[in-house]
Amino acid sequence: MHPVRKKRMITIGVILVLLSAAIGLVMFALSQNINLFYSPTQIAKGEAPQQVTIRAGGMVVDGSVERQSETLDVAFAVTDYQHQLRIEYRGILPDLFREGQGIVAQGKLDQRGVLIASEVLAKHDEEYMPPEVTEALEQSKQASAQP
Amino acid sequence: MNWTWFHKLGSPKWFYQWASKWAGKLVWIGLLLLLIGVVWGLAFAPADYQQGNSFRIIYIHVPVAMLAQSCYLAMGIAGFVALVWQMKLAPVFIKSVAVVGAVMAFIALLSGAIWGKPTWGTWWVWDARLTSVLVLFLLYMGVIAIQNALDDQVFADKAVAVVSLVGVINLPIIKYSVEWWNTLHQPATFRLTEKPSMPMEMWLPLLFSALGLYLFSAGIAMWRMQTEVLKRERKANWVKQEVMSDGI
Repeated sequence: MHPVRKKRMITIGVILVLLSAAIGLVMFALSQNINLFYSPTQIAKGEAPQQVTIRAGGMVVDGSVERQSETLDVAFAVTDYQHQLRIEYRGILPDLFREGQGIVAQGKLDQRGVLIASEVLAKHDEEYMPPEVTEALEQSKQASAQP
Repeated sequence: MNWTWFHKLGSPKWFYQWASKWAGKLVWIGLLLLLIGVVWGLAFAPADYQQGNSFRIIYIHVPVAMLAQSCYLAMGIAGFVALVWQMKLAPVFIKSVAVVGAVMAFIALLSGAIWGKPTWGTWWVWDARLTSVLVLFLLYMGVIAIQNALDDQVFADKAVAVVSLVGVINLPIIKYSVEWWNTLHQPATFRLTEKPSMPMEMWLPLLFSALGLYLFSAGIAMWRMQTEVLKRERKANWVKQEVMSDGI
């Protein structure tokens, strides 16, 4: 290769490596700010500040959803399969909200360690299935559960 | 290894004639595949068990998002070639592809927002994936703006090559944002290396529309490059002959 081109290539390579390293370090330093939400474990460890608006996310625990019949108040727990966090919310939940679904809630932690949410978003996973397949899956699950 | 094809790319004349043969074919085949994929996906593929029909936006969102990233990767490589080998066609390529990529990034952001409202409950959230794609869109805008703002063509080409090359750092951030950080955006559904996380009758139309969009965009980019080559080589003899032979 022509020495001039080789020199240019090396210069560009060095600049790119240095820039990537710089951006990587910045990202690493800011990773807590880049994370969209705290997991229940992080909140249990006390990493999340109190009385400041934060987001918390996790899977809605089966059987934990309590709805008030008179108001739109709803309370439920989310889990990351290590710790649980109780969330209280007043308002309309997204269509995809259900037990076992991932959600992200925005709100403030109170002294009890409960998140008083002002917004609840549903988090979707990357799995897609036609409804017939889900039914078939559930039937086979039930069939295998029966002795 | 035979590098003749690479050196041939250095000749605008050779490229122009090669592109005249292929660009039209690519556009039409791409359009056909895209049409099959989109109609199949929007009308015939089964609905999702959770999201119902709103999941169908995947047949537009995923292909354009892939294109938006691929275009930038290609621009980055062209930027490297432009800086090291100073090949004439590399800046032409960057200038032509930037507009295609910008449109793709914009449609990806727009279709994602439209899908996000019913599914997540919000149009926009500043999570790592959404923000990094917005940065990608702004990088495209930057490339287009620099190319148009600088009068000195040589200087503009060089500046654009640098921006294209450096912006490539954003691509792994987009790709791995959903794994490195907690995001609202779900991980990738459409993977070529692993088993896709959707059944065949949902995955096949997606494959068709993605392939179609790649071919279509390649054809459009080649047309744009041809125009740019004609503009830049307007003083060359072969361009005069080319224009004369069209009877103008």
